[in-house]
Amino acid sequence: MADFIQALLGHYNNWAFILLLMIGFYAMIAKNNLIKKVIGMSIFQTAIILFYVSMAVKKNSTIPILDHGHGAVEHAIDVAAYASPLPHVLMLTAIVVGVATLGVALAIIQKIHRTYDTIEEDEIMEIIAQ
Amino acid sequence: MEVNSWVLWQFDVLILLMVLVCAVVALQLRDLVASAISFGAYSFFMCLLWTLMLAVDVAFTEAAVGAGVSTVLFLGTALHIRRRAKD
Amino acid sequence: MKVIAALFSIVLGVVLLVAANDLPIWGDPESPVSVHLSSYFIEHSVEQTSVPNFVTAVLADYRGYDTMFETAVIFCAGITVMTILRRSHRLRKKNVPPRPVREGQDIIICSAARLIVPMMQLFALYVLAHGHHSPGGGFQGGVIFGASFILLALAYDLKTVLSRLKEKTMMLVSGLGVLVYAGIGVLCLFLGGNFLDYSRLASILQVTEIEARSHGILGVEVGVALTVTCIMLSLYADLASGGEMDEGL
Repeated sequence: MADFIQALLGHYNNWAFILLLMIGFYAMIAKNNLIKKVIGMSIFQTAIILFYVSMAVKKNSTIPILDHGHGAVEHAIDVAAYASPLPHVLMLTAIVVGVATLGVALAIIQKIHRTYDTIEEDEIMEIIAQ
Repeated sequence: MEVNSWVLWQFDVLILLMVLVCAVVALQLRDLVASAISFGAYSFFMCLLWTLMLAVDVAFTEAAVGAGVSTVLFLGTALHIRRRAKD
Repeated sequence: MKVIAALFSIVLGVVLLVAANDLPIWGDPESPVSVHLSSYFIEHSVEQTSVPNFVTAVLADYRGYDTMFETAVIFCAGITVMTILRRSHRLRKKNVPPRPVREGQDIIICSAARLIVPMMQLFALYVLAHGHHSPGGGFQGGVIFGASFILLALAYDLKTVLSRLKEKTMMLVSGLGVLVYAGIGVLCLFLGGNFLDYSRLASILQVTEIEARSHGILGVEVGVALTVTCIMLSLYADLASGGEMDEGL
């Protein structure tokens, strides 16, 4: 039983990202306002980034920048002392592409508002149905 | 909590809770401007969380992009359209 | 609709929760994420590129091709937003809600912005140039540089910024950024290496091949920063003025 509780507590980061994923997913489907949908999409995206970043953590390690890293390295590098850099790189690109897609989404929302004069989904549906 | 004794798990749990609260608040507020500000706070707490998880480059990018530029873009759009949302 | 959405997200959550039990314990140094490629980068990136920040080394050198097209994605996003929103004054429809009118400029905000903006730009250049040794690099530096212009536009007016940095210049510079990145790659190609193989730049820069890779990373980061700066400002200008480029927030 104690092992089970400890295993659950050891995974509390996973709970957070699953909850965020659920919040974002719910908002993308159920929210009526288009901006709220976009916020939900951003939350979904950050949840995935959180998952990747938390995968890269190593016990008792430090940030992925080498100490005294000028010129030739005499001493052997201890791999376990640095967090994995690869997930960080992937997520860095994801964040910057995320703001670009966010810009495009908001531009489309403004264009929708110009055409239909509303950004509520049900009102747009009514106007289209007429 | 022997499992994660190598990290300041109190801070970790606190920030995770704040992230969840900010996410829910950003989605529930009816005022889109307030919603945008709350989303900026969400991004900033996320940035703190990533600093705690040793991803300094990612945290730096999130602080500049998520908490800075995204919030301004949301504000710009929210002020251009009707500010009240129905849900 | 809301019930269905809630049902869907709960199902998603339960499936993920079950799946998450098989994940390695948080912080396990032997987890699959940390053992294959990541350990290679940690062990060899300094001796191969002389860049102590592993993230920068992987981003701009080992995965340079990926980053180049990511810069292109940002450029495309800027052009897309402009294509969707840009219009002139006269086409404005009558039923657009009246914008909050700004009366004059607040002297406190303007003075503070005048003090902060040069500091921000200096810091952005520092972040860009010191990305090899500290967190930072082209994206962060570019975003901070763009944010300094956005701050100026918030404190003063969009016109003030656009009179200093014309829209046409902005788009040209953002294209130039992608061109700088791809140009360095093609230069390596002409010098007999692979595309984006910076070690070939050693013959031009008169340094060793390892240092040439470090300098090549700085070169492409400058390209990234140019694109990101201009696209961030362009996104703000388009979105905050509704594509009319007349007034800011």
